[in-house]
Amino acid sequence: MTALRRLFFFVVGLFLALPLIVVAGVSINARQTLAFPPQGFSLSWYGQIFTNPEWRNALVASLTLAASSALLALLIALPLAWFLWRRIAPWANIFQLLGVAPFTLPPVITALGLLTFWATTGFYGQAWTAVISHGIFFVTLPLVTLSLGFSAIDRSLVEAAATMGADDGKIFRTVVLPLILPYLVSGYAFAFVLSLNEYIVAYMTVGFTMETLPIKIFNALRYGYTPTMAAVTVLFLVIAAVVFGLVARFGDLPKLLGAMSDER
Amino acid sequence: MRREPPQRLADYGPLFFPAGMLTVFFVVPFATMIAVSFFQREQGGFYTPAFVFDNYARFLSMFFGKVLGFSLFLAVAVAITCVVIGIPFTYLLSRSARKIQVVWLVALLSILSLSEVMIGFAWSTLFSRTAGVTNLFVWLGLMAQPQALTPSFGAVMTAMTYQAFPYTVLVLYPALVRLDPTLTEAARTLGASPVKAFFTVVVPALRNTILATLIMVFIFALGSYLLPQLLGRPQHWTLSVLITDQAIYQSNMPFAAAMAVFLVLVSLALVGLALYAGQQRQAK
Repeated sequence: MTALRRLFFFVVGLFLALPLIVVAGVSINARQTLAFPPQGFSLSWYGQIFTNPEWRNALVASLTLAASSALLALLIALPLAWFLWRRIAPWANIFQLLGVAPFTLPPVITALGLLTFWATTGFYGQAWTAVISHGIFFVTLPLVTLSLGFSAIDRSLVEAAATMGADDGKIFRTVVLPLILPYLVSGYAFAFVLSLNEYIVAYMTVGFTMETLPIKIFNALRYGYTPTMAAVTVLFLVIAAVVFGLVARFGDLPKLLGAMSDER
Repeated sequence: MRREPPQRLADYGPLFFPAGMLTVFFVVPFATMIAVSFFQREQGGFYTPAFVFDNYARFLSMFFGKVLGFSLFLAVAVAITCVVIGIPFTYLLSRSARKIQVVWLVALLSILSLSEVMIGFAWSTLFSRTAGVTNLFVWLGLMAQPQALTPSFGAVMTAMTYQAFPYTVLVLYPALVRLDPTLTEAARTLGASPVKAFFTVVVPALRNTILATLIMVFIFALGSYLLPQLLGRPQHWTLSVLITDQAIYQSNMPFAAAMAVFLVLVSLALVGLALYAGQQRQAK
């Protein structure tokens, strides 16, 4: 059984890794050819991401968009999750539902909704519209992690603080915030990585005026192949693995992903 | 803490910003899209406010029927493939050591977050003539010459399964972690083989979870918009691709919006079904 299980894990792992191994391989080709196993060795395609103005601009645009939209998502999710935890207001759950909706529906729907909205209001193509669009699209992630974080708070702690005379603001800063900080960080991390990789919403809102890295790769694919695409893919994969690795290192990843009752 | 209903206006304070943002930038755009779906299209990519059903009437064409049929078929095929592989995989994962679980979860999350553009690019490389997997087959003597495997239905199907598999595992994971291990232990004590215990105890206990997961993955696959474009032929285009194409390249916003509304209705109906299946599970 153990051998069979190992074999099964190996086959699934191979399926998941194979395209990435080939991409990593073609990213170090010496010349601009799509060849595997790689012919020669060169890291110049990785250098291209930072030295070629087009790729660098796309990288900066992607990082700026991801950093600011994840922050916006957090700013929307935090007071909402806090309110839902602090107050008895069943009707307010409608906003929880609205926060989860964009992520549950096929992304093309949110993208098209935002496209018609920005076109109607006349802001279509402005860079900041992408920040708001992504902030709304990814609000689900911090909302889910924060709801989990709040539900894990022992209410008697807060009760004690209140008995000692602390008001809501003080309780939030001194008791609640330190307790939910890990969930705040992981919510931001999830939103950041997903925004970095998101294509359709960014494309439909600012695709004609601004290039993020996924948009840049898609546009470049139409004119043929360059190993820089492979280098960017590897870079993004590494960023995601590092971020989620850190979340796992400093937080409880199985618990974050829903293994809540698991106290073994 | 004393959890109480809001009394003063100030108690609602924290809700203002989130509620405002979600209303203005999600509810209003959604409503705008629905409104546009009834608008009249003008030549040259513009549209004027109106209340016509023309955009919906176009659904009744053969072409649209084919695209819809193919989208549903593709999403069902991907969902079934993912769930069939995902259940035993997630089951074994949830029974592994915690360290192994964390490593797999990090890897699955990384692949899940990988841009669809990049997944499409990675598979088109793996399926290419010069750098692809067929070179390996040639080297092994299974094939005479390397060849390109795209564009083809198999390529679309493989890449979409690849994209949806991590999602499937993460949807199944909570339910399988919480599954009472004594269930299978009891079956094993009574003499069932591990495989038999899995099929006679684990699978029936998870019937509703499996149904809910199938629907979730189905909707996820329905949302794939780039892989059919990058790896398939035009006849492999799905509803999501068609919506993007109409909105961006054909500049027919009203028709794109009508299709999107239709897609929402299909998805919502299925989410409702998934929630219902989930509740049945809770009730047990």
